[in-house]
Amino acid sequence: MVQPILKVEELHTHFFTERGEVPAVDGVDLYINPGEVLGVVGESGCGKSVTSLSILKLVPNPPGKIVSGRILLKGQDIVPLKEKEMRSIRGGAVSMIFQEPMTSLNPLFTVGQQIIETVRLHRGLSKKDARTHAVDMLRKVGIPRPEAIIGEYPHQLSGGMRQRVMIAMSISCSPELLIADEPTTALDVTIQAQILDLIRKLNEEQGTAVMLITHDLGVVAEMCQRVAVMYAGKVVEEGSVRDIFKNPLHPYTRGLIQSVPRMGETRERLYSIPGNVPILSKELQGCRFAPRCSHVMELCRQSLPQLKLQEDNHSCRCWLHDSQQEDAV
Amino acid sequence: MKDSLLEVKNLKKYYPVNKGFFNKTQAYIKAVDDISFAVRKGETFGLVGESGCGKSTAGRSLLRLIEPTAGEVWFEDRDITKLSMEEMRKHRREMQIVFQDPFSSLDPRNTVQRILEEPMIVHGAGNAKERRAAVERLADVVGLAKAQLQRYPHQFSGGQRQRIGIARALALQPKLIIADEPVSALDVSIQSQVINLMQDLQQEFGLTYIFIAHDLSVVKHICDRVAVMYLGRIVEITDKNKLYDQPQHPYTQALLSAVPEPDPDIRKERVILQGEVPSPANAPVGCAFNTRCPRVMDVCRSTRPALLETGPGHLTACHLYNGEDRTHLYKMNLKDS
Repeated sequence: MVQPILKVEELHTHFFTERGEVPAVDGVDLYINPGEVLGVVGESGCGKSVTSLSILKLVPNPPGKIVSGRILLKGQDIVPLKEKEMRSIRGGAVSMIFQEPMTSLNPLFTVGQQIIETVRLHRGLSKKDARTHAVDMLRKVGIPRPEAIIGEYPHQLSGGMRQRVMIAMSISCSPELLIADEPTTALDVTIQAQILDLIRKLNEEQGTAVMLITHDLGVVAEMCQRVAVMYAGKVVEEGSVRDIFKNPLHPYTRGLIQSVPRMGETRERLYSIPGNVPILSKELQGCRFAPRCSHVMELCRQSLPQLKLQEDNHSCRCWLHDSQQEDAV
Repeated sequence: MKDSLLEVKNLKKYYPVNKGFFNKTQAYIKAVDDISFAVRKGETFGLVGESGCGKSTAGRSLLRLIEPTAGEVWFEDRDITKLSMEEMRKHRREMQIVFQDPFSSLDPRNTVQRILEEPMIVHGAGNAKERRAAVERLADVVGLAKAQLQRYPHQFSGGQRQRIGIARALALQPKLIIADEPVSALDVSIQSQVINLMQDLQQEFGLTYIFIAHDLSVVKHICDRVAVMYLGRIVEITDKNKLYDQPQHPYTQALLSAVPEPDPDIRKERVILQGEVPSPANAPVGCAFNTRCPRVMDVCRSTRPALLETGPGHLTACHLYNGEDRTHLYKMNLKDS
């Protein structure tokens, strides 16, 4: 059994707001093996982004706080680590790219300065070496004329170029894990294809493990080996990409997959899941999906099912697939 | 076309770029650059393309929410670009729009009741009692509860707000609805609810839609015919099956191949386009796509291809399929040598 590069156990990240405590991440379990691409899917508000921010301890505190749980990075729990120690991990062993590259690059510094800063901090290279390294990185992510681009400011670049710069920066210290939070959502399809191609190459050539957070099932099917589906702050199903798409167990996963129009087929009507995502609160009881579920049972409203292994590496959080259903009653 | 509801002829929208001390017009951004198409009664006509291709500008020019620079828009039997503002306002009863962002397109200080009633007040439809009844009917049609009518937009979720936007567009019983990216701000499970609603309404009221979107899978699902735009121009128009099964223009081919499919067993032969869309202020000479086209020829860099019939009901603007232009160039080459 390989040791996963990242293992998240029973993670709870809550936000303390005026309206009360909001459990945005409500007991999440995840793992990523070295060299693997894990997709985390779910709709807005399901907690996928807060999970990724929690892993790097970037959740703004206050109002947010990791209430409990462990985040094991190569076996070491990073939850108790101090800010100073976290800084050497961020951008080093683990780095992250965000959805909107304009807001995550500093507008006051040139592209080069930002990459050089990262490299010098983590690798202690000289200014000159760091610059050469930065140019190499920009070339690697397919930026034309890297020697010129290195002196430009983020606003001078297009959206696709900025995302390339973000990727160049995040891989400049050869991270073992890259967390990509909706990296292509703000981009056009033809540019999205370029960026996904780049991330795939990184994964294949350097063996960088990738945690790809997205709401686009097409991107997931194309990029990932394993998928975790999140709903209302919890992982509801997890398995290989084939299992998730061809043999989904959880009614939410099934509904989600059926409600996406596909190019290869013609349907009169799309399936749609009735109702809306619940407003998160500590008072929620039972399965979070119960109010929208077509298979809902009395038990679902009262008691929360556990994430249970069903077959080979395929687990699901649903009473329909839980043998202890009778016991719970 | 005799069965068409809307016919657009050579529509252009240019924005001047002013520079220098005297603010002289130096150039034009050709947001919409000479497009023509017809929309049939009762169909859903898709307008697709990437950001900045001019699809939204085109949509708004059709309603004259943006005044077109040149061209004609025939709605039923009138060229609406020639109408006075007052006549145009009356005419908009028949043509309505649904916007992308359900958060900014509803007045936050009005109740839903008021939002839905306003178009009827503006156009003097019915008295207060009739209007109230009409609003309740509308709410029912789009799936809002009667009790929700007294609430404000911020109290609704994105999907519900889009329902309000659609109800407002329906308030005056229009013939044509221009939907500008109506579902792209919504989550997948909510997106399918709104798409289904739009299809039901089309059936019920015999509506014609112009559906502007960048999501090609959604367009394939809802549209009957599709026009693909690139840099202000239409590069291909045909019915959806032909477009998705036998795309002709190299841009359409690349665009379709770039869409990730939600099926891990499908491995597509992918055309990854190099580079990015050029700025519309500085569009390439000849075919707008020549800087990124994998099959570019010399003629593409000099002559803009016309949108010509390349098969039954299939129009493409590409020199690859355009026999006439090629012979013309061939002759020119002969003369030169």
